[in-house]
Amino acid sequence: MNNHYQLVIIGGGPAGLAAAATASAKGISCAVLDEQPEPGGQIYRAIESVPDQRAQKLGSEYLRGKELAAAFRESDAEYYPGTRVWSLNKELEIGIIQNDEASIITADQIIIANGAMERPVPFPGWTKPGVMQAGAGQILFKTAGVVPDNGVVLAGSGPLLLLLAWQYLHAGVEVKALLDVTPLSNHISAMPKFPRAILAHHYLTKGVGYQLELKRAGVPMLFGVSDLRAEGKEQLQQVCFKHSGKQKTIASELLLTHFGVIPHTWLSQAAGCKHKWDNSQQCWRPEHDEWGNTNIPGIIVAGDGAGINGGRSAEHAGRLAGFEALFALGSLTQAERDKLAAKDIKWKRDERHIRPFLEAYFQIPKSLLATADKETIVCRCEEVTAGQIREAVQQGHDNSNQVKFFTRCGMGPCQGRQCSNAVAHIVADESGEAVADMGHFRGRPPVSPITLGQLARLDKEESV
Amino acid sequence: MFKQLPANQQETLNVFLNGQSIQVQKGNSVAAVALSQNLGYTRTTAVSGSKRAPFCMMGVCYDCLMVINGVSNQRACSTLVQEGMRIDTQQGVGPAMEERNCE
Repeated sequence: MNNHYQLVIIGGGPAGLAAAATASAKGISCAVLDEQPEPGGQIYRAIESVPDQRAQKLGSEYLRGKELAAAFRESDAEYYPGTRVWSLNKELEIGIIQNDEASIITADQIIIANGAMERPVPFPGWTKPGVMQAGAGQILFKTAGVVPDNGVVLAGSGPLLLLLAWQYLHAGVEVKALLDVTPLSNHISAMPKFPRAILAHHYLTKGVGYQLELKRAGVPMLFGVSDLRAEGKEQLQQVCFKHSGKQKTIASELLLTHFGVIPHTWLSQAAGCKHKWDNSQQCWRPEHDEWGNTNIPGIIVAGDGAGINGGRSAEHAGRLAGFEALFALGSLTQAERDKLAAKDIKWKRDERHIRPFLEAYFQIPKSLLATADKETIVCRCEEVTAGQIREAVQQGHDNSNQVKFFTRCGMGPCQGRQCSNAVAHIVADESGEAVADMGHFRGRPPVSPITLGQLARLDKEESV
Repeated sequence: MFKQLPANQQETLNVFLNGQSIQVQKGNSVAAVALSQNLGYTRTTAVSGSKRAPFCMMGVCYDCLMVINGVSNQRACSTLVQEGMRIDTQQGVGPAMEERNCE
């Protein structure tokens, strides 16, 4: 690896791979830093190594990733798998860890394409062994062919839940129940957005298709579920919930939950990019223009890390970011950039058609985002409860960062990734203010763990 | 809780899970091994000692911290198995640096 590149792309998912293939075609020096062992990101995880038999069960949308990865491999971009980024600043210095050694490289342009993470939603019992995120189940399936053994309960809201149920069905896994916590009132509030969604009818027909197939296979699907709880002595033993006004219980040693996805913003925050609260997507995201330019010159964001638009949209956003980087580097004129980008701009807008409907339909209710249960652990690392957070607000700590200082929530190893959103919602709920005004935890380097030894061995002369 | 679907022509290697020698598929994460071996839990918390297991599998939740080759606080979901690797359930903050150096 060199210590300087014209373009460094962080992340090897659809946005990063598309950006790299686009930009490296113009002969610039380009490196892709990827935490994973192979290209694909989370959506196309293990796409190059997955056995055919397993790939078929995962479905056609997953197989799309093969072409994307192949085009990337054919490009001149240098690929660095197993590389963690622990720091990024406005001087465009990137702190990385590779083979347990830390170093700092620089770039003229940086594209952050580090994708999304599942929205963590604290509910009673969510820290127990046996409760995992649906995406975790999917990653186990994609990377290792590991699937639930004794049946599984799926609960939450959003398209991924249906997809995973469908994938498990094809793998012969018993889905004991699919508990949809989407409030029934969302069906009505999302209706005004429906006409535009028809323009992207392939997504709608796919969703309906999954549902019909699950129904035919006899998978119990319950809608309008509330009061979800994971119970068990030390490990999950039963899933409890309310449905049609009745308390119900399903015995299960495994519960996979999904409450939508949110941008992974720790790196863009550490770099100092401006972020804003997106009311429709219920999350923080970096501010950017159509090309992905942030407020920091030279830092571009692309893909779901810039705002949730899905895997296909991420490819277009990646290419747009690639063209923009080439323009900034002087490899393309503005006219050339605009001409080359025209199709991706159109396709990216087309991909947006379905989103306002999905965002309204799968809007997570406040009762889940800001749990009223005082005993529920919100910060998984420091084991701070919702009650402690509400108490801190009562004592006058009226924004996320003040609550963090007072309670230690967000100060554990995950650095607030799992509780940041929930804390903002709970503080807003308790103080009667808007979530957007609560602020997000201040993200600072190191955004990924680094030992003092690794820091001490940083060779400054070589890196600057 | 989990099982591994049979796959053709998968290379295997040998690791030690809590001292016990087991054959695992090459390319698997330590967390995938722990889950398919039904380890139950992979760490206890430093705060209350409660049991935890992998949660997100994508490196963001830090709940899958284990002791790998004697080094504590390693993310099991983001570490691939290697021949002869020693994988241990982490109790609280895990073994201290001094203990490690004495090995």
